Amino acid sequence: MELNSRIPDGPIEKKWDKHKFDLKLVNPANKRKYKVLVVGSGLAGGAAAASLAELGYEVECFCYQDSPRRAHSIAAQGGINAAKNYHNDGDSVRRLFYDTVKGGDFRAREANVHRLAEVSNNIIDQCVAQGVPFAREYGGLLDNRSFGGAQVSRTFYARGQTGQQLLLGAYQALERQIGLGTVKMFSRHEMQELIVVDGVAKGIVTRDMVTGEIKSHLADAVCLATGGYGNTMYLATYAKGCNGTAIWRAHKKGAAFANPCFTQIHPTCIPVTGDHQSKLTLMSESLRNDGRIWVPKKKEDCGKPASQIAEEDRDYYLERKYPSYGNLAPRDIASRAAKQVCDDGRGIGETGLGVYLDFEAAISRLGANKIEEKYGNLFEMYERITDDNPYKTPMRIFPATHYTMGGLWVDYNLMSTVPGLFVLGEANFSDHGANRLGASALMQGLADGYFVIPYTIGGYLAGIKPGTRIKADDPAVKAAEQTTSERVQKLFAINGKETPTHFHRELGKVMWEFCGMGRNEAGLKKALQRIPEIREEFWKNLRIPGSGDEVNQSLELAGRVADFLEIGELMCLDALERRESCGGHFREEWQTEEGEALRDDENFCHVAAWEHKGEGQAPVRHVEPLAFENVHLATRSYK
Amino acid sequence: MSKHLNLTLHVWRQKNAKCDGKFVEYPAADISPDMSFLEMLDVVNEGLIRKGEEPITFDHDCREGICGQCGMVINGRPHGPKERTTTCQLHMRSFKDGDSITLEPWRAEAFPVLKDLMVDRGAFDRIIASGGFISAPTGSPQDANALPIPKENADLAMDAAACIGCAACVAACPNASAMLFVSAKISQLALLPQGQPERYIRVRDMVAQMDAEEFGTCTNHGECETACPKGIKMENIARMNRDFIKASLTYRPATGGGGVG
Amino acid sequence: MSVAEQSIAGAEARGHGFLASSVGRKIVMAATGIVLFGFVTVHMIGNTQAYIGPETFNAYAKFLQGMLHGAGIWIFRAVLLAATGLHIWAAVSLTLDNRAARPIGYRAEQNIASTWASRTMRWSGFILAVFIVYHLMHLTIGNVHPAFDHTNPYANFVKGFQVPAAAGFYIVAQLCLGLHMWHGVWSVTQTLGLVHPRYDSLRRNFATGLTLLVVGVNISYPIAVLTGFIH
Repeated sequence: MELNSRIPDGPIEKKWDKHKFDLKLVNPANKRKYKVLVVGSGLAGGAAAASLAELGYEVECFCYQDSPRRAHSIAAQGGINAAKNYHNDGDSVRRLFYDTVKGGDFRAREANVHRLAEVSNNIIDQCVAQGVPFAREYGGLLDNRSFGGAQVSRTFYARGQTGQQLLLGAYQALERQIGLGTVKMFSRHEMQELIVVDGVAKGIVTRDMVTGEIKSHLADAVCLATGGYGNTMYLATYAKGCNGTAIWRAHKKGAAFANPCFTQIHPTCIPVTGDHQSKLTLMSESLRNDGRIWVPKKKEDCGKPASQIAEEDRDYYLERKYPSYGNLAPRDIASRAAKQVCDDGRGIGETGLGVYLDFEAAISRLGANKIEEKYGNLFEMYERITDDNPYKTPMRIFPATHYTMGGLWVDYNLMSTVPGLFVLGEANFSDHGANRLGASALMQGLADGYFVIPYTIGGYLAGIKPGTRIKADDPAVKAAEQTTSERVQKLFAINGKETPTHFHRELGKVMWEFCGMGRNEAGLKKALQRIPEIREEFWKNLRIPGSGDEVNQSLELAGRVADFLEIGELMCLDALERRESCGGHFREEWQTEEGEALRDDENFCHVAAWEHKGEGQAPVRHVEPLAFENVHLATRSYK
Repeated sequence: MSKHLNLTLHVWRQKNAKCDGKFVEYPAADISPDMSFLEMLDVVNEGLIRKGEEPITFDHDCREGICGQCGMVINGRPHGPKERTTTCQLHMRSFKDGDSITLEPWRAEAFPVLKDLMVDRGAFDRIIASGGFISAPTGSPQDANALPIPKENADLAMDAAACIGCAACVAACPNASAMLFVSAKISQLALLPQGQPERYIRVRDMVAQMDAEEFGTCTNHGECETACPKGIKMENIARMNRDFIKASLTYRPATGGGGVG
Repeated sequence: MSVAEQSIAGAEARGHGFLASSVGRKIVMAATGIVLFGFVTVHMIGNTQAYIGPETFNAYAKFLQGMLHGAGIWIFRAVLLAATGLHIWAAVSLTLDNRAARPIGYRAEQNIASTWASRTMRWSGFILAVFIVYHLMHLTIGNVHPAFDHTNPYANFVKGFQVPAAAGFYIVAQLCLGLHMWHGVWSVTQTLGLVHPRYDSLRRNFATGLTLLVVGVNISYPIAVLTGFIH
């Protein structure tokens, strides 16, 4: 397998401009002759489907939800970064680029990140033009806030619902195209297979989640924008339906999977209350702008109510360890610090797995009204879930799986190792390295969808003769459809005793314990032994009532869990092979004396891309070396 | 920790859009008050699957109150008894031991039941497709700060934009009217300067599509506002009506345009 | 559901008539409602002259009859008839639509925000329609009146209300009018978009005040006759 990143030459600031000019164009009259499938309707998928249709391509878009407006991008709360420098505080494209590369702990591709920083400004302009109601100041200009890991105010926001508003902007642009007849929307459809002919992506097979119909959709190019695979962990901040099926099936058809072990654990989530827990809820990181994180200094204080612990007995550990960033330390660092104090026996709450996020100081400094204005909806949400009033008692928070930086490997054009298969947004691996900074996911999703794919897909399609799509009777199409139906039948045929959720929960426990915030060789080896056991049990003892030709949520879940059981194994394998600590990947064997991540740039300054070699065969690890010519390799320090 | 609950559920079961449905009774035993309502249903469903029975189908996704996919009528109230709370954010501490809970799908001609508590809300998407947007193709618009917007208007637009499209308003309305949903989008865009060029054509198109979907009409009961988990106000309906009057009074058919150059 | 089957009404439906649209018919309801409530209010004010005495009252009736050489009252009647007709048409057609919009109801329906008045508009409206017919036959045409005299409206008024059943029906109808007005007046402001948070409480209070005034004064007539205050 060849990993050609196709990074254009020239100085970093000129690469994207030069590349845009070098890309071939498709004649406007020919565009309608090309069909593009977009799987997923979140920020990346929705933006891509709308933008490609505006250009004149024939587009079909798919989502598993009942409407494209529900994609999980909607849940992002905090904001979106852009290098506008509206606040005159020293921001620039160069600085956003620099922060993102450094924040990613030097495991992202410089050229991709620079392009992301360049188009960040266009995104804000585009979204405002669409009517996204960003927060404004009294003068009518856009307001900004600072966000985890950045020392400038570059985060644009719409209350605590930025993701929702950006998604609705993209959704509305998409619906406009649907109304115009240029996009055909298939909601409640789940992609089951990628159709590959002579090594080139030519379509997908979907299952209609209402009628159970299995159907092929043939096209000239396929874009996957299906989000991350963090639900492998079972408990995560993802929507319940988020899954890795589309990328995993594509991986099995030849798309390399890059850095699967790079997962982000978000520091500010509401702690688990019991075994019934079905998901975790994130509290926006913006809370860390005004909240102070602490635990008791003494273990014996942990059982006491927060109000009875004197100021001098509180350990504001982030402020202590990272004086210059304090409570705003990047996510991986803040999460790990929380784990360390809990491992130390100083965690709070019934489970001992929690730390305080305290607003007392901010309330006495700014007043409860100001705090309510800034975070009112988040406080309400917290109270709704926990029945605690955060104006009176500190919030209890704990880290949870939130994002996967890893994903299908793509080149500079966002094309995977399967020609014709493009991967956008969280589903690809490209821009965040080993750790994503806050407010950068929205930026990347929209950058890929609005401003990258419309150019790069043209370059690919210009090389294909129009009207050369494969036909429905092609053997590859029949084979893919058959694989899908057989899989459904196979799941029903097990007829065992346990629910799909049971196996998912079991997998999650293993993943969180051995491939979560801290990883080590022994644990990962144990996980690599345990996961195949769970998988075997799954294929022996699963039970799905009902039938496949109607709405069947157990069947849907079983199909996804079957894939998680394979993805989880690859995550652990990748974590085992990456013998260093970087960003969200913390190998306990590689840490400094102070417990900070210790990178091994000599041996691991690269992307690891895994190639599927067939069922039952070990996957092969390929390497794309990373060069840092503009931001020099350095130890990340937030002290 | 407070005591666990034992409840009786009366659930609407319906195989698909074509079949008739009926209520079926299920016990929900040993429910922790810390569970969310949907986690309670998960527990019931896992029990059903283990017995080889079909679990209760209900829509849900984000489970944090923002995607708008979940929703069922709980004891006669869309999203249940707690105000400004979606079904997924409702917690079992809102119920008492021994309670009997009736679960029904959103009831509206425009929302066919797909299965059990799951309905098809495609009508909402088609209403948005008919005009709930600003035509701003991806490209290079002016700088975001070139258009100052009074904070008050931006805030009001945001209030309206907070709608999650869950359709609790339709479910709550005695007339199954969708006017709260439709007016929220019309208001958001009408309050912003970017929305002005299409303001009046938008209201006509969206109202026409809303009518074509066979929703009822607003008779100003106010049930929608109470049921809305995001606090969308009826003031938006008034704004839509106002714009509709203006649009109807000033409407004239399009007179061609463009031409070959 | 595949969106292939979806159809967007869009541009072709845009031209569809004002009267065919839901919001258009609501506006017809509101506009005709203003005419009718306006009439009811003026009617109530005019009739207070019954308290002054027979001469004033009869002179007022004569003045109404003679407006614009007798044409005035017919113009007035035509407008009222048209308004009533449109109001009833809009109400019936919207009600049919609303019924069709929810073919299957809830088993455990709960009303939280709606009022008894808002939920009974179609019933209070129906009783009012019956009452209008009766009221015209009673005091305008006189065919259901015990002793109707074209030349003496005051006597018709007094003798008409001396029949307890007639007075009773009149009072019941006024209570229906009260329910109808209380929700209707407020609804008019909502439907016509005359809304601003600053004046919200004003809208409610205006509806309540006007309703109490009209209904209170109207009910006082049969009571005044029955108690012998007016004779």
